[in-house]
Amino acid sequence: MTPPPALPRWADVGLIPLINVLAALVVSGIVVAVIGENPFEAMMVMIKGAFVYKGSLGYTLYYATNFIFTGLAVAVAFHAMLFNIGGEGQAYLGGLGAGLTCLMFDSMFPALILVPLAIMASASFGAVWGAIPGYLQAKRGSHIVITTIMFNFLAASIMVWLLAGRLKAPGQMSPETRSFSANAELPFIHDIVNAFGVEMARSPLNLSFVVALLACVGVWVLIWRSRLGYAIRATGHSTGAAEYAGIPVSTIIIITMAISGGLAGMMAINEILGVQHRTILGFTSGYGFTGIAVALMGRNHPIGIILASLLFGALYQGGAELDFEFSTITREMVLLIQGLIILFSGGLAFMFNRPLAHLLGLLLAARSAKGGQNG
Amino acid sequence: MANGDSTPPLAIELSAINKSFGDVHANMDVNLKVVSGHIHGIIGENGAGKSTLVSILYGFYAADSGLISINGQTTMIRHSADAIARGIGMVHQHFMLVPNFTVLENVMLGHEGSLSVEASAQKARSALNKLSEDFGLAVDPDIIVENLPVGLQQRVEILKALFRGAEILILDEPTGVLTPQETEQLFEILHALREEGVTILLITHKLKEIMAITDDVSVMRGGKMVAHLETARTSPAELAELMVGRKVLLEVDHTQAKPGVPVMQAQNLCLTTANGIDQLKDISLTLREGEIVGVAGVSGNGQSELLDVLSGITAPTDGSFRVGTSEITAQQPSDPAQLRSLGVAHVPEDRHKCGIILPFSAAESMILGYSSGDGQNGGWWLSPSELETNCADRMQDFDIRPPLPKLASANFSGGNQQKIVLAREISTQPKLLLVGQPTRGVDIGAIEFIHKQLIALRNKGCAILLVSVELDEIMSLSDRILVMNNGQMVGELTRDEADEQRLGLMMAGIGADDVVTASQMGAKS
Repeated sequence: MTPPPALPRWADVGLIPLINVLAALVVSGIVVAVIGENPFEAMMVMIKGAFVYKGSLGYTLYYATNFIFTGLAVAVAFHAMLFNIGGEGQAYLGGLGAGLTCLMFDSMFPALILVPLAIMASASFGAVWGAIPGYLQAKRGSHIVITTIMFNFLAASIMVWLLAGRLKAPGQMSPETRSFSANAELPFIHDIVNAFGVEMARSPLNLSFVVALLACVGVWVLIWRSRLGYAIRATGHSTGAAEYAGIPVSTIIIITMAISGGLAGMMAINEILGVQHRTILGFTSGYGFTGIAVALMGRNHPIGIILASLLFGALYQGGAELDFEFSTITREMVLLIQGLIILFSGGLAFMFNRPLAHLLGLLLAARSAKGGQNG
Repeated sequence: MANGDSTPPLAIELSAINKSFGDVHANMDVNLKVVSGHIHGIIGENGAGKSTLVSILYGFYAADSGLISINGQTTMIRHSADAIARGIGMVHQHFMLVPNFTVLENVMLGHEGSLSVEASAQKARSALNKLSEDFGLAVDPDIIVENLPVGLQQRVEILKALFRGAEILILDEPTGVLTPQETEQLFEILHALREEGVTILLITHKLKEIMAITDDVSVMRGGKMVAHLETARTSPAELAELMVGRKVLLEVDHTQAKPGVPVMQAQNLCLTTANGIDQLKDISLTLREGEIVGVAGVSGNGQSELLDVLSGITAPTDGSFRVGTSEITAQQPSDPAQLRSLGVAHVPEDRHKCGIILPFSAAESMILGYSSGDGQNGGWWLSPSELETNCADRMQDFDIRPPLPKLASANFSGGNQQKIVLAREISTQPKLLLVGQPTRGVDIGAIEFIHKQLIALRNKGCAILLVSVELDEIMSLSDRILVMNNGQMVGELTRDEADEQRLGLMMAGIGADDVVTASQMGAKS
């Protein structure tokens, strides 16, 4: 089997993800048609539900915020050729970090101190939860994929144990902490915008979105403009070369996993500080796993991750609308569409490379032949 | 398509083959006629398009245009399966063997011919035995391939091709990984194959091999066929000129060395693996300013490990070496970063695995090992524009082509990749340069340039430790030559004492005691 032919960069980064998404939508459309609905109508409902209806854009961006954090987490690790499947657990533990900080200090510190502290705590908890598998990989040779998966289960168990036990608010049945005071809240975007006199519909979109965008800039600077990023990429591309260069490979692996875990952990601020204002059970609801697809689709680049996050955010939000509008299309149907997109942009990411390369080759040949005749 | 009456039967005829990769026109109107039963060499520099051409012939790439005829019949070769079906076999530069399979299992892999492994193994075994007998290719079919020396692994590759009924055998740079002795054996095998009527297409960039073994030779340069010659009627000088398009100096302008103070002294260095194999035994040596010390030896006798230890990649298990005032021992190991800061630069043996990072831009590969930010260019951040400016300067100094700092390292030819490594290591003005296989897989023009750079560096007072499997290179560059065998230094020769025969004997470990000369090895020299 020969390797897939090389595509020009613009086609690889721009065209291929687009074709993958279209392919997934076509297949989804067929499924919608099979259950007796009009796929184009469904598509319109999804687009309207994600972008047009009042407040829908806010919801889309709110979901996208989660995906940006978890997608960045996967991407950073991937630059060191580490496959961090543990975003879910790291985000979950991040929620613990943020929650503990707020529980301890929400009557003590004002928001300007408490919120940054809680953000740092969520990042640190996630970082530790990422660094432990990193350490096990670097020093003990345990494969990172296995350990990060297992750490998801560990995180889930720890959180159930704590939220149903020590952290449960007294006098209530649900496994969650007490609500934090207003000092721990990240402001909603619609509140901020309304304060400037611009009308904006209510949505859970909060300042975490801005933090997520800053994190994208941070990751870009880290990977492509810092010496540490150089060492991370060198380790990822060639361990032999990194060793030859005197780059401490084990240390880099641990640091990279800590950064990756920290980014995943920061996903918690969107849910905990931004929306729930308490730590609840299962708030990560699979965002950590979807981050893998986001990073894959975004080609591990912050800009790609933002775009992929928007797509997945729109799918989540538009999908909910779909569920609402059509009695035959259920929540499971929406999951199917998401699954198809993950399948086409993740599992079958390179399926269209070869045909596209052939097509481009033919087009170029035709053009040069034409040019040859003219010239 | 019948051939003309007077011409000999052609095993392969390629006409007007074209192949482009993006902007790179790898093969331009290439024609080739290989006479049946001949050993036909294709020689050319790295990047001349040799490998592309045979990849087209073997079905790895499809040609953009052109015709392929095998045994007089025009054919389409779309996959390697098509090539195999037409009796073409290929021995790749990097072997395609399953390391933990036996020889027999490797040979029959993909050609079992029946559902029962047992039955096909039996059939394959008798076929393999017959092949081994017919062609004098003795290999124990039940030995695990990874336990075989490289030369025998290659033999398995050849057997694999013959087992699939190959009558035309393509060998791509077959001697790159072989010791001189193994190369000799390979040539004997190739002669035997020719006697049996096998047509052989030999791809190489080594003039010596072409002269030694081929009947005909075709020269490629810059994607074009520039000449088809009868080997008996040409000379290495003519071929070299055709390859590079100009006359080349095969000898280096070597002046008398003026060794100064010791830069590095090693005392009884030992390296023992976890399972108790001694890779280095009591190595003591002194390297002085302004001299090139060559290390000759059959590859795999400890030279690579010596470089790894002296560059800090591996810690010695016993003994010590001193660089400047720093003493590195098993108890106090060092690392490559520290040794670099002490002025030890290192051109690694395997540039693809260590020397550069293929997907990195040239500018990024140009700071590999110097990226930590200690010293002159400190701080947390890297400025791409600064890297690119520096890289552009180095590219000019070292004539690296194309002079594009942003181009991915993988897109440079072997010689230019090696120049990137050399430019990086030399421009730090090291006190000691460790060099492994500086010209492996590098074309003649670049070899000449690299040799000149090494001599110039020596003349500026740098100590150079040169490890190479090319005896010519060792002899033409070194002021002193150390010979390694089985992890030990078995002797030292001065430049004038060294000749191929003497070195060969020492390398083989034969009569080592007899050939150690007055200028004894060790720290006191």
